[in-house]
Amino acid sequence: MFSSLLHQVKKFQWPLNQLSLINPNAIVRCVRQDKCGDRRFMKYSALNLLRQAMGGHKDWPRAWRDPEPKDAYDVIIVGGGGHGLATAYYLAKNHGIRNVAVVEKGWLGGGNVGRNTTIVRSNYLLPEELPFYEWSLKLWEGLSQDLNFNVMFSQRGVLNLVHSDAEVDAAVRRGNAMIMHGADAEFLSRDECVKMVPGIDDKNSRFPVYGGLLQPRAGNARHDAVAWGYARGADGYGVDLLQNCEVTGITRDRQGRVVGIETTRGKIRANKVGLAAAGHSGHVAAMAGLRLPIESHKLQAFVTEGLKPLVDTVVTFGHGHFYLSQSDKGGLVFGASLDGYNSYAQRGNLPTVEATIEAAMHLMPSIGRVRLLRHWAGVMDMSMDGSPFICKTPIDGLYLNAGWCYGGFKATPASGWCFAHTIANDEPHAYNAHYTLDRFARGYAVDTKGVGAQPNLH
Amino acid sequence: MRIKCPVCGERPLEEYAYRGDAKVQRPRTHAPDQANAWHDYVYLRDNPKGRQKEHWRHSGGCGAWLVVDRDTYTHEIFSVRLTKAARRRAK
Repeated sequence: MFSSLLHQVKKFQWPLNQLSLINPNAIVRCVRQDKCGDRRFMKYSALNLLRQAMGGHKDWPRAWRDPEPKDAYDVIIVGGGGHGLATAYYLAKNHGIRNVAVVEKGWLGGGNVGRNTTIVRSNYLLPEELPFYEWSLKLWEGLSQDLNFNVMFSQRGVLNLVHSDAEVDAAVRRGNAMIMHGADAEFLSRDECVKMVPGIDDKNSRFPVYGGLLQPRAGNARHDAVAWGYARGADGYGVDLLQNCEVTGITRDRQGRVVGIETTRGKIRANKVGLAAAGHSGHVAAMAGLRLPIESHKLQAFVTEGLKPLVDTVVTFGHGHFYLSQSDKGGLVFGASLDGYNSYAQRGNLPTVEATIEAAMHLMPSIGRVRLLRHWAGVMDMSMDGSPFICKTPIDGLYLNAGWCYGGFKATPASGWCFAHTIANDEPHAYNAHYTLDRFARGYAVDTKGVGAQPNLH
Repeated sequence: MRIKCPVCGERPLEEYAYRGDAKVQRPRTHAPDQANAWHDYVYLRDNPKGRQKEHWRHSGGCGAWLVVDRDTYTHEIFSVRLTKAARRRAK
């Protein structure tokens, strides 16, 4: 405690000792060497902002390097999205494994981490999943400070509306399960829901609002910042982030052990390879001869033109599987169900657009004249029971992080945290012990919705 | 995406229901040594990025089960035909 305090004081004082108020560039030069803990990057702080302002903001360093691939690493993570970058970050931070590469076929955060509707929550039901998602929410609560990067996590609450007596019972049961696992939940009456979200059509004759399950600590975050924050944090620990580096093969030795990967930027050796390729998981796993209990489907998201403040929470419409929030720029951000058939196309189909807009009109008729600005789709790794995999595979040295369906964003911190634990220790943490590949064969599927092995229905 | 039903002609997507990969084969028996085969049939998928034969049903039309040969990346449809069972019924 004392030594860390001393360290803080030293850290704070050493650039100041060399402060020269006459030449701002001299200040910038000495700050560049500054270390944040044992991470090597310039800390984003009020003091550094002031210093940089004096130098005309010309000396901010790059947020992360663009290195050439080395011949070998201790661990290679395939996929430079939220989960892959978080895994690399926690491997370095929690387990001291810093000789790590993240390979990404496009650019960092160009996949689902930049395509979701940014909702963060832990309102789950089953004991296999609640501790995991609640741990994730706890990591979210300290994430900006931990990464020294503002992920704009906003705990504005998530309100799930219910529309019948049976749904009230189910929501209360879920709320109780959440409370028993240390999460927070509150059941709101119809009047309280209307007070919280004034625009909802509570007297809709087809789907009247009976109440809602609120998780006050839930909310949303800026998704790009999550990818960038983890990338910068991992890079600061010495992790190599290799962009435009597509995996073309997984190399194995005679015993079948993984010994490296082949990429468009050459061969790279590593005894441990972790796959975090989201919608393309099956595609990458096939390179190692592995078939997965996953189908790739696409999910659309939508943003409207900017409006004045209208919704200050995340509200979901139970009957249409529709969710809506308002971004800080004012646009309404919403989405609904999958397009329904296997697809790797990152674009959506019109019947689903129509169904989504119908749900929006049921929930909030007042937004009927708002114009849609953009809509897009992401490729979801839909698993056979709607739950993910963070586990070892039957192949030695190959680890899998996949099957996030359309709930991967909220899981980003805990997913990386648990995957790093699994790779470093060669065994899962209690939080992800149920997320194994063999759970179907053993009869332990984690089927939240209870729809069985039909991925497009989860 | 529009699918050309062999019975009804080209119809919009809303009329169809999706089942998935048509390649997986249902094991013949429930014998204990078939446990792995059942697991693979129910849970494992090739999930290709490219051409795949898959089952669709024209649920909002004639109700026939179809085998559609489709590219999962471009959504191009190469062929649509009735399943064997549907063909048998048609005779």
